[in-house]
Amino acid sequence: MASIELRNIRKAFGAVEVIKGVDLEVRKGEFMVFVGPSGCGKSTLLRLISGLEDITSGEMLFDGKVVNALAPSKRGIAMVFQSYALYPHMTVYENMAFGLTLEKGHSKDEIQQRVERAADMLQIRQYLDRLPKQLSGGQRQRVAIGRAITRDPKVFLFDEPLSNLDAALRVATRIEIAKLHESMDHVTMIYVTHDQVEAMTLADRICVLRDGLVEQVGTPMELYEHPNSVFVAGFIGSPKMNFISGEKAAAFNAETVGIRGEHITIVPDNGTWSGTVIHTENLGADSYVYLEMGTEEPVVVRLDGANDYKSGDVVHIAPMEDKIHRFDGAGKPIR
Amino acid sequence: MATDVMATPVAATGGKIKSELMQQRVRAARWFLLPMLIALAVVAGWPLLRSIYFSFTDASLNNIDGAEWIGFGNYFRVQQLASGAVRYRGLLVDADWWNAVWNTLRFAATSVFFEAVLGMVVALVLNAEFKGRGIVRAAILIPWAIPTIVSAKMWSWMLNDQFGILNDLGMRLGLLSQKVAWTATAETAMQAVLVVDIWKTTPFMALLILAGLQMVPKDIYEAAEIDGVHPIKQFFRITLPLVRPALMVAIIFRLLDALRIFDLIYVLTPNSSATKTMSVLARENLFDFDKFAYGSAMSTLLFLIIAILTIVYIWLGKVRFDGGDR
Ligand SMILES: Nc1ncnc2c1ncn2[C@@H]1O[C@H](COP(=O)(O)OP(=O)(O)OP(=O)(O)O)[C@@H](O)[C@H]1O
Ligand SMILES: [Mg+2]
Repeated sequence: MASIELRNIRKAFGAVEVIKGVDLEVRKGEFMVFVGPSGCGKSTLLRLISGLEDITSGEMLFDGKVVNALAPSKRGIAMVFQSYALYPHMTVYENMAFGLTLEKGHSKDEIQQRVERAADMLQIRQYLDRLPKQLSGGQRQRVAIGRAITRDPKVFLFDEPLSNLDAALRVATRIEIAKLHESMDHVTMIYVTHDQVEAMTLADRICVLRDGLVEQVGTPMELYEHPNSVFVAGFIGSPKMNFISGEKAAAFNAETVGIRGEHITIVPDNGTWSGTVIHTENLGADSYVYLEMGTEEPVVVRLDGANDYKSGDVVHIAPMEDKIHRFDGAGKPIR
Repeated sequence: MATDVMATPVAATGGKIKSELMQQRVRAARWFLLPMLIALAVVAGWPLLRSIYFSFTDASLNNIDGAEWIGFGNYFRVQQLASGAVRYRGLLVDADWWNAVWNTLRFAATSVFFEAVLGMVVALVLNAEFKGRGIVRAAILIPWAIPTIVSAKMWSWMLNDQFGILNDLGMRLGLLSQKVAWTATAETAMQAVLVVDIWKTTPFMALLILAGLQMVPKDIYEAAEIDGVHPIKQFFRITLPLVRPALMVAIIFRLLDALRIFDLIYVLTPNSSATKTMSVLARENLFDFDKFAYGSAMSTLLFLIIAILTIVYIWLGKVRFDGGDR
């Protein structure tokens, strides 16, 4: 059980400031996801929390106590690395038990029990005698998670743990992590990803980072329904939100209006806007129609089921009035 | 199901292509190896066989072609003196030879041990990140880059009892009460040779180990950091097992080198029985004493000893030359 508080945290590598003053509170037992584009500082922030990287200025508190100078091993954390970081010369069992065998006060039986319990949770019991190189990527990832569980941490840190897995395994492991969080509801988890689907499905709360700063923190639905900026609106949700500016936006008293593909309907005539179909994608359960209507990027309309629009068709569309997001010139929402 | 049916023929051809590819590779490998094997046979295999042959003859320097086969005589023979006393002769009962064997083994074991330890320390330092690392890495190679003859001569002057800088320094600092003839005194000759050899070869060792260290992924040290592994434990439980393959190969290179040490001793401590090694003794007999056959017998034994030690080392150390079990 641990709550984590970041107070005006800054981190510079040499002259380059990478984290530019982050204030954030992660609550006890919460699943917090950091998302943001590549290079925005997600991994760095996670490493600051883990203690693997020194904080340049600001304060980091675990349960109200400053831990700026505390060694990683004393923070009660466990970390799952993107590259797994398993010890290549140790078996799965040794990998999972290594940390415990070095700590004082754990009997052999206790260590074995803890390793086996973690192995059972992740269904890697039959691989305990193998070396990491004899495992598949997904199995290695589970060993890395198992090693973290064995430490019985108060805080679980994940740095893009699924990015080396194929699509199917990603979904399966994502579900496993979600289950893990449910079964370990006293453990605070912080999870870094740039995949917004992972963020939406796993998070209690999402922290959107941009260029070393927190852009918005909130539950997935808060971010989806009330994005604090054009950046967040564009980052959360798939397909990406459509942005329309210029005269069409002025009609709504905004610099830019945003409308998600699922909140647009195609109407026979008298639509708010009209456009030419340039491309369609059928995914079976739903389908996307891409319209050219003078915006920077084509407007995407998401339809249930398949559709039979063809390139060149001219269609009329109507956004759902209450789902329109209006933004001012600075990219901030007009409410 | 459909995919299964589709996949089968593809997989079959895939397998065949692979085996053909393998055959092609093996054939190519043989052709590439051939020139080297021929060169080796000419410059190493043939001289070796000739040496072995001469060790069973009575060859001398001015009568090499007329050498006659005498069997094991150079190694061991029983001689009946006129007085009737029985004497054993030959290399196997030659005290000078066994002294040289002992010198060589002592030299090899000590120098390789210190080179491995110091080389590991240097490699660990060079593997850390600091400013000017590239320059330091290059600079540390200098002792190894200097030809042995040159560095041996250099050190022999530094160790000189009359004009040597080491004696001078020792006297000025009050560490020595009188000047020491480092290379000429039996007690210090071996130490002097060892110091020079370690000075010279540690960089080579360090470089080989450094190459091994750089293969160790960085992230597992971060995992160890989180696991709370003490740095000293990190070294013994993580670093050492992972560089072991590289270390073992480096040690075997050095061991082979040290067992046939010649130039350093020849220049630094000529004619000192405290340091005379197998190679030095063999050369002396071959060319200075005109006991060509006897010297050949020494060379042959030297070869056998090195071969046996190497095989034992590889077998006991489970050395693998393919980069280890990573
Ligand atoms: N050790 C370092 N030294 C110098 N700059 C660094 C270091 N580590 C990270 N950076 C810089 O800090 C910035 C943020 O890096 P970080 O790894 O946190 O990004 P990220 O959000 O995790 O990106 P990604 O999604 O690609 O993993 C990058 O511009 C990177 O170049
Ligand atoms: Mg990252």
